[in-house]
Amino acid sequence: MSNTNPSASTPSGSAAEANARVIDGTRLVRDRRLNNVKKNWSLFRSDIAAMLGAIVLVFFILIAIFAPLIAPASMLDVTQQLDVPRYAPPSLAHPLGTDDLGRELWVRILWGARVSILVGVAATVMSMVIGTVMGLAAGHFSGLFGAVVMRIIDFFIVLPSLLLAIVLSSVLERGVFTIVVAIGLTSWASTARIVRSQTLSVESRLYIERARILGAGHRHILFKHMLPAVMPLVLANTTLTVGSAIIAESTLSFLGLGDTSKESWGTILKNSMDISAATSGYWWYVLTPGIAIVLVVLAFTMVGRALEAIINPALRNR
Amino acid sequence: MTTPTHDLPTPSGEPDPGSTGSSGGRADHDMDEPPKGGSFLGYLLRKLGGALTSMILVVVLGFFAFRMLPGDPVLKIAKERPMSPAQIAELRSQYGLDKPVIVQFWDYLVGIFTGELGESYVYRKPVSELIVDYLGPTLLLTATAAVLAIGLGLWLGQLSAWRRNSLFDKVASSTSLVFWSVPTFWLGLILLMIFGGTLQWLPTGGMITPGLDPWSPAGIIDVIKHLILPVITMVAVVYAQYLMVMRASLIEEMSEDYLTTARAKGLTEDEVRKKHAVPNALLPTITVVFMHIGGLITGAVTVEAVFSWPGLGKLTFEAISGPDLPLLQGTFVVFSAIIIVMNLAADIVYRFLDPRVRRA
Repeated sequence: MSNTNPSASTPSGSAAEANARVIDGTRLVRDRRLNNVKKNWSLFRSDIAAMLGAIVLVFFILIAIFAPLIAPASMLDVTQQLDVPRYAPPSLAHPLGTDDLGRELWVRILWGARVSILVGVAATVMSMVIGTVMGLAAGHFSGLFGAVVMRIIDFFIVLPSLLLAIVLSSVLERGVFTIVVAIGLTSWASTARIVRSQTLSVESRLYIERARILGAGHRHILFKHMLPAVMPLVLANTTLTVGSAIIAESTLSFLGLGDTSKESWGTILKNSMDISAATSGYWWYVLTPGIAIVLVVLAFTMVGRALEAIINPALRNR
Repeated sequence: MTTPTHDLPTPSGEPDPGSTGSSGGRADHDMDEPPKGGSFLGYLLRKLGGALTSMILVVVLGFFAFRMLPGDPVLKIAKERPMSPAQIAELRSQYGLDKPVIVQFWDYLVGIFTGELGESYVYRKPVSELIVDYLGPTLLLTATAAVLAIGLGLWLGQLSAWRRNSLFDKVASSTSLVFWSVPTFWLGLILLMIFGGTLQWLPTGGMITPGLDPWSPAGIIDVIKHLILPVITMVAVVYAQYLMVMRASLIEEMSEDYLTTARAKGLTEDEVRKKHAVPNALLPTITVVFMHIGGLITGAVTVEAVFSWPGLGKLTFEAISGPDLPLLQGTFVVFSAIIIVMNLAADIVYRFLDPRVRRA
């Protein structure tokens, strides 16, 4: 299963190519993999919660991609909404109601999906990359270097990432990219921890010892053996982490650290709090953006749990 | 898969109960597991050293993050007001920003040890004074929420595990998953809307009705009324992960032989659970719970912002809106210090709780 992973074989040059050639030539292996995929897919399909989650995800990703086609950006332009009633409760004419500036909430939520999901995914990718590198380093290298890496991981585990993310995003220029960096740079510690324990357990296997005796260097062992061994775990963790990253984005935006020129679900909720919508009876302004967040996060969690359940037995069998 | 750790993300900074399912919430608290046979003193020194390193990193980060990164703080203050270059220069010298960085760093270090954290741009008061004023309410709020969340989470978690796959377990587990997917601040807004806005049962913000003496009986009841909504918000978001950890940890314990022995002795199921399984499952759980206290504390930032609870979280929120960098730096250092101390305490308590580790 390990060598099918494209990210695992790319970095390590000729050895990887040689390996890939052998595998390509072996039909048997290819068939077995295809079967594995089929088996995993049927496992996934039998999990109702995961399927529901996947459907919700596809729906939100589609509306995020096609937002400009469904509702042109001009519908968010305050100057074009002068004849639209403000604070209109949900009705046929205004399905999710309107906000304090006459903008349709459904349009804002539609556009907000773009930033919220994009930030969630981008920050997760960043956090996974850092977490994997740090975890591999802490697990593989002993001595001073390994110890220093461990201390850094420990530091990030002890300090809640929200606290660090607040500091980072308040000193950097406001913007979507800043939010991605703030979340990505501060949320990798748990991944590093998982990767490290996996690395430690793989490190003691005989085939690693064999590779070492045959003269494999750190680079070879890390990229050819360790990375493929930890990747399934990391990938399952990724889906779970996207959900948390979306919550983090909404929290930072809610605290006023987001990009106010771009719609995001957290920004809508921040606007609603600025006018005390919760205590003034504008319930639709508070309720719907939050429901969108909960649905998407829950969907990512469901899918992530199912992936984890599929991947874990595979890990045990190896 | 390991036990959840500080996954950034949730507003409370927490782990995914999602990942505890498959292989148990065993506290592998083993990131730097003490080498077997280390003495208690050695363990203590190592943990103390770790906490100290973290604290030094916080202090250094607190300084450089606010000075080295792009964005001149003085220009940020000046941005929204008309100011002459002379005024800007004066502001610069007033906050010591015209000195060389290394001198500023020294002043800052001396300041930290003498409890001098600079002056707030917005409040025009010493940051340390503000923090002392706002610390109490935060401790009241987080301690109440922590006690309730831990109690509720552990109790529901052990019931869930004991009746695994029953309706109760399914409802408890899925409820906690949903709560885990809810942003803390949004849940706060919804509760505020229902109980503060529509029903008007409870106050919508603050800690006490102005004019009441907090120590009079009427005052205490008033504070409790103000406390209810923020506490429910924090508990709802946090108890879920305690439930999942306790559940996973007890499930792992349930296959152990000593439970069969206990049953063979003729103990009832309830006795087996309460006297044998739960105490053993509690151990790893407590460690995890303590390790996550940091997440609970930062959860206070958004909750206090929503309910205008006059604590450090609200102070942080105001410092962000300012932006009031000295104040933000101060709350960052103090929050971090509280969390680091709590973690150190957890490590020491763990050592006393676990006889296996103690004897080693």
